[in-house]
Amino acid sequence: MLGFTRKTKVSTGASLPVLLGLVAACIFLAVGSLLSDIFAQQTVAGLAQGAIFGSLALALVLIYRATEVINFAQGELAMATTYIAYQLTLWGLTYWLAFFLTLVISFVLGVVVYGLLIRPVQHRSVIALVIITVGLFILIDGLVTWKWGADIKFMAAPFGNEVYHAGGVSFARQDIGVLVVSILSVIALWLLFQFTKLGLAMRAAALRPAAASLVGVRVDWMLAIGWGLAAVLGAVAGLMTEPSQFLTPTMMQAILLYAFAAAVLGGLESPAGAVVGGLAIGVFLNLVGQYVGFASSELRLPIAFAVLLVVLLLKPTGLFGRRQVRRV
Amino acid sequence: MRRLAVSLLVIAAVAAVVAWLPLELSGYHQGLAARVAIYYVAIVGLNILIGYTGQISIGHGAFMAIGGYTTAIMSNYHHTNLIATLPLSFAITFVCGLAVGIPALRLSGVYLALATFAFAVSIPQLPLKWSKWTGGSNGIRTHTTPTNEWIYGVSWACAALAFVGAWVLLRGRTGRAFRSIRDSELAAASSGVSLPIYKTLAFGVSAAFAGVAGSLFVLVTNGFAQPNEFGVILSLQILIGAAVAGLGSLWGALVGALFVGLLPEISNSVPLIGSGHGQDVVFGLVVILVMILLPNGVAGLLRAIDSRFKSAIKSGPTAS
Repeated sequence: MLGFTRKTKVSTGASLPVLLGLVAACIFLAVGSLLSDIFAQQTVAGLAQGAIFGSLALALVLIYRATEVINFAQGELAMATTYIAYQLTLWGLTYWLAFFLTLVISFVLGVVVYGLLIRPVQHRSVIALVIITVGLFILIDGLVTWKWGADIKFMAAPFGNEVYHAGGVSFARQDIGVLVVSILSVIALWLLFQFTKLGLAMRAAALRPAAASLVGVRVDWMLAIGWGLAAVLGAVAGLMTEPSQFLTPTMMQAILLYAFAAAVLGGLESPAGAVVGGLAIGVFLNLVGQYVGFASSELRLPIAFAVLLVVLLLKPTGLFGRRQVRRV
Repeated sequence: MRRLAVSLLVIAAVAAVVAWLPLELSGYHQGLAARVAIYYVAIVGLNILIGYTGQISIGHGAFMAIGGYTTAIMSNYHHTNLIATLPLSFAITFVCGLAVGIPALRLSGVYLALATFAFAVSIPQLPLKWSKWTGGSNGIRTHTTPTNEWIYGVSWACAALAFVGAWVLLRGRTGRAFRSIRDSELAAASSGVSLPIYKTLAFGVSAAFAGVAGSLFVLVTNGFAQPNEFGVILSLQILIGAAVAGLGSLWGALVGALFVGLLPEISNSVPLIGSGHGQDVVFGLVVILVMILLPNGVAGLLRAIDSRFKSAIKSGPTAS
């Protein structure tokens, strides 16, 4: 596939209208939050959820950029690593020790998944790759249910249950913690890609595999590391989901859909777009749920589907995507 | 000619087995065998879309849900004859399939996979929203519950109809158009195949097959239509059935249906796997191994053996 298509960039990055629209949305949120306490609360909760969607979306985008695969098992992988963290805390580790150990384990897991499952079929059709990740989805689902059962499990709350009051507005400490951890992990990743030699090599391997290998980049390893980092981001998303959703084998399935919507909204190729898209979807869903009576909680998933479809039909490149022209 | 004779022989053999089986099976196993037929209908439908037209869908569980709810609602509210609900859900899901197919025209590859996946996750939420009419998470039940023999007969009749219908559709002009789109959209369009018409048609037909399968699926689960039995896992199972069987083969779909329909039952009697959700592990492992080792599924393997066998005969010294 790679050999026969060549991409030519036509336009780059976010256009001015998109940036202006984002600034307008931020002003709208800020003014709304100053005027109404409930609005402010919903916005903060939405940002916290959106940060989780954003991290998972970023994991999807990383993999899509590196290997042109949509990993349908990304959410289940995140769920499985969260169960691993749960097991570690059962063995007596403190929460944060288990947290970081889980990140290491999930990195290894991501590398192994790439090496064993994706690399052998990478040259084949999109359909084959999608079916493999779907198989992985069911495999992980089965393994986790087999090992830990389908009933709800609880972990210690990492941020406690306190609530902060500022004026009439109350913020859950948990929401703030989730937001901070997710954003920190995104920043760490950005630093890695932007300022280290490894990050440079990874970007080169994803963008121009042939040229990168000519200058001595070990493309296969770079792609494997990309899968590992995506699994780490997924693990962060899973661990940050746990305090509000608790542990079940299906905990990430809805979040995967929100992450898809976020990634598509951001343009599917843009890391910044994925994070912005995630935050936007999180806030949007919460505000719509609060102020539109018809949009009850059962409609959250259909609304996310509608967002995804509208973006794909009206602006397939999303907010930050680049238009591509493929020569056949 | 020889191929046709072989095909007819296989058809006769399958028909004989299907006709003889209910005499031997208990009611429970008749239900199980009916499930195989139901999965066959759904997998053939998905195969028309993926295997013959090259369009991916991870959302066929949603069409099954629409078909299933059509049957349950019609029977519950209007006491419609259960058989009569099948053509109705065929028609309704055909229209739904066209409606999904039109936006799908603008999507391809991973984008289509994403959109149909989101569709599959979203649709089972709708009965929860309008629970007044659909019974919410408790589901809705058909007015009458069919016996196992009845459902066995109807399911296999539908499977036979699906086979014949798909064969007729795919062997002629339409099938050629589908395959040309799969092989190269550009080449198809420049040979005068209308991409919008045939791609949407493929979606419609494929969805209609899934819809009938969904109706039967409701009947085989004691007439209950519930949101969680049409969850995303069902969509994935059908996709896996189609992939294991080999995309682009109507016979392979039977292997896929046997795999998806019987695996939970078989794995229940295997000590280690049967506990908990071991069958999902086997499902996942098998599909991954098949995709890596046999790119064309079981059907592709059979074709490869067949052609090697033939070439061995031809090149052999005693060949006449």
